Amino acid sequence: MSDLLSWGRYPRIPQQAIPIYWEDQVAEAVSKVQKNGTGSTLAYGCGRSYGDSCLAASNRVLHMQGLNRVLEADWGSGMIRAQTGMTIADLITLALPRGWFPPVTPGTKFVSLGGAVANDVHGKNHHRVGTFGCHVTRLCVYRSDIGVVECSSEDRPELFAATIGGLGLTGIILWVELRLKPVTSSNLRTRTIRFPRLTRFFELAATHDKEHEYSASWIDCLASGSALGRGYYIVADHMDGDIDERPRGSRLAMPIDPPFSLVNRWTMKLFNAIYFNRALREDSQAVLDFNPYFYPLDGISNWNRIYGRRGFQQYQCVVPAKTAPAAIERVVNEIRRARSGSFLTVLKCCGSIQSPGVLSFPLEGITLAMDFPQSAGLDALFQRLDDLVHDAGGRLYPAKDAHMQKEHFQHAYPGWTQVEAQRDPALMSRFWQRVTGP
Amino acid sequence: MNVLIIGATSTIAESLARLFAKESAHLFLLARDPTRLEAVRGDLLAHGAGRVEFECFDAAKLETLESVLESAWNVMGTIDVAVICHGTLTDQDKAECSLTYAAQQFLVNGASATLLMTALGVRFAGQEHGSLAVLGSVAGDRGRASNYLYAAAKNAVAVCAEGLRAKLYKQGVSVLTVKPGYVRTAMTADLALPEPLLASADRVARDIHRAIKRGKTGVLYTPWYWRWIMAVIRLIPPAIFNRLSL
Repeated sequence: MSDLLSWGRYPRIPQQAIPIYWEDQVAEAVSKVQKNGTGSTLAYGCGRSYGDSCLAASNRVLHMQGLNRVLEADWGSGMIRAQTGMTIADLITLALPRGWFPPVTPGTKFVSLGGAVANDVHGKNHHRVGTFGCHVTRLCVYRSDIGVVECSSEDRPELFAATIGGLGLTGIILWVELRLKPVTSSNLRTRTIRFPRLTRFFELAATHDKEHEYSASWIDCLASGSALGRGYYIVADHMDGDIDERPRGSRLAMPIDPPFSLVNRWTMKLFNAIYFNRALREDSQAVLDFNPYFYPLDGISNWNRIYGRRGFQQYQCVVPAKTAPAAIERVVNEIRRARSGSFLTVLKCCGSIQSPGVLSFPLEGITLAMDFPQSAGLDALFQRLDDLVHDAGGRLYPAKDAHMQKEHFQHAYPGWTQVEAQRDPALMSRFWQRVTGP
Repeated sequence: MNVLIIGATSTIAESLARLFAKESAHLFLLARDPTRLEAVRGDLLAHGAGRVEFECFDAAKLETLESVLESAWNVMGTIDVAVICHGTLTDQDKAECSLTYAAQQFLVNGASATLLMTALGVRFAGQEHGSLAVLGSVAGDRGRASNYLYAAAKNAVAVCAEGLRAKLYKQGVSVLTVKPGYVRTAMTADLALPEPLLASADRVARDIHRAIKRGKTGVLYTPWYWRWIMAVIRLIPPAIFNRLSL
C-alpha cells in the first residue's frame, strides 16, 4: 500500500499503512508494530487532519478505511452503530434516503467516524447543537492493555471523555454509536448577506445566528482599511420537501502536484477581488442541495494538491466571546500585513454547549480558519498570531495543527493530562510527542 | 431476487453484496468465519437487504460442497444469482517449497471453484433460469514466472466457465467470468501494486453488478482496460516473453 500523508502534506512524513478490514485484525496489527521495535502506532482514517495529529510517531499506521460496516441501524429512532472507517459521505448516502442526516458535519464529508470522534469535529451548527461528540452515545475501542472495551457517559466515563477529541490516543476506535438528525429534504434554504467590514459581521452574527440552524461566514483577509474583513454571512436551514437520492460524486479532480503552489499572493488577491465583487444583491436567498452547501470543496478530488509539493498549513483558532471582536480584528490585520491570506478564510460563532470530550476545541466565542501555502515566513507569522490568540484566552485546533507550541497547548488544554493518563501505551502521534514530550 | 455469495467475506464480495442489498435482495452467504459473517449480515440488512442468512463453509473441504448448496436452496427456496468469490493469493515461493501448501492453494482457487460451478450449473439448468458469476483473474490469461500456480487455477476456472456458458446457453442461464486486474482488497494488502492501475473493490463490484443485471454471458474484464493490456500480453512471442521478468 502506498504511503499516506496528512491533508496539508506538511510535515511531509509518509506513513506506512497496515490495512485493517476486520475488527479481529486490530490486536495482531498493534502487536506486530510493537514487536518490530517501532513500539507505537496510531489509527489513520481518511487522513483529513491537516498537520501531524494523524501521523504516528513510528510512521506506521493502522489504516482503518476497510473497517466500514454498519453494525446496527434503527431507522425509526435514528440510532446507528457503525465501524470506525465508515465515512460521513457513506453515512449520508445510507441515511438521507431514510430521512436522517449527521447531527454535526465538518467541512468535508470524507472523514471517518473514528476521525470525527477523535477530533470531536464541529460544524456550521455548533451554536445550536455542539460538537460531534455531543451526539455519540457509545464507543468501542481496542486497547493494547485491556483489549476490546466499550465506553459511554455511564460506562467507563473517563475513557469516553478522553476518547472524544482524544486524537486517537486512548485506543483504536472500532465502532461508534450515534444519534442522527431527522430531515425531510436534501435541500437547505440559505440566506447570504454581504458585509462591508468585520464589525458588521459581529452585529449580523449576534442578530441572526440564533434564528438559524447553520451559520458560517467567509471573509477577505487581504482587504485593508475600512474594508478590513469584508465578506459574506451565510445562514441556512433544512427545508421540508423531497429527498433527492441521486448520487453525488466529484467530477473534477486535481490530478497532479504542480511544481509551485497555485495559491499565491497574486492569485489570491485576484480571486478575493472577483469573489467579493461578484454581482450579488447585498441580501439574497437561495435553495441549495446539501452537497454544495456543506461540502463545496469535496467537488474537487485532491484539492489540497493546488498548494504544490510543499503543502500548506491551516491556522484555526477560537477566541472567547468577551475578547473576540478585538482579537479577531488584530489577527486579520496581522495576516493582511503579512500578505499571506488564503482563498477560504472562514469565520463562525461557536456556542456554549459543552462537549463531553476533554480535549474538545470549540469555546463559546468566534473561530477563524484559514489556509496558508507553506513558506519560510510562515513560522514568524504564526508566532505572532499565536501570541495574539493566547493573550485573548483562545486556542488552536489540534486537527489542523502542525506548529503550535507546547506551552500554549498545555495552557489552553489543561485536560491534556487526563488524555495522557488514559493514553494507550502502544499509541503515540507526532503531534502528541511535540506538545507533551520532554 | 435471491443471491448466493460464496466467499462472502472477501472485499469484492462485500461491495457486491451491498449493491444487491440496496435493491432489497435476499442473500445467502457462505464463508469460513462466523463472526465476520455476522458483521457482514448486519451491514447488508442496514443497507436494505430483505433477508440475509449465512452458513460456515470451507472451500478446501470438497466433500461439503454439495451439502452447502443444498442448504442454500432449502433456506432460500430458489437462487437467482450465484457468485463465486472465494480465493487466496498464492505465495509462489512457498508453494515451490511445500507441495502440501501448493495443493491446498490449487484446491481452493481451482478445484473448489470449478466443482462449485459444475454443481451450480446442474441446478441452474434444472431451474432454467439464473446467473452464475465466478471471479477469475487477468492472471489466468497467461502463465507468468512469478505466479504460475495461481494463474493455472484461475485459468482452469475460466475454461470451465467457458464450457458451462455454452452448455447452459440454451437454458437461458448466463455465465459470467469476471477477470479483475489489480484491486485494492484484503487479499492484496501486502502487495506493492502500481497505484495508477489499482482499482477499488467498489468499482469492480459495480462493474460485476451491472453485468449481472444486464444478463451478460461472457468475460468481463474489470476495469475495462485490462482486456487490452492482456491482449497485448498474450501476443508477446514466447522468445521475448521468456526473457521478461514478469
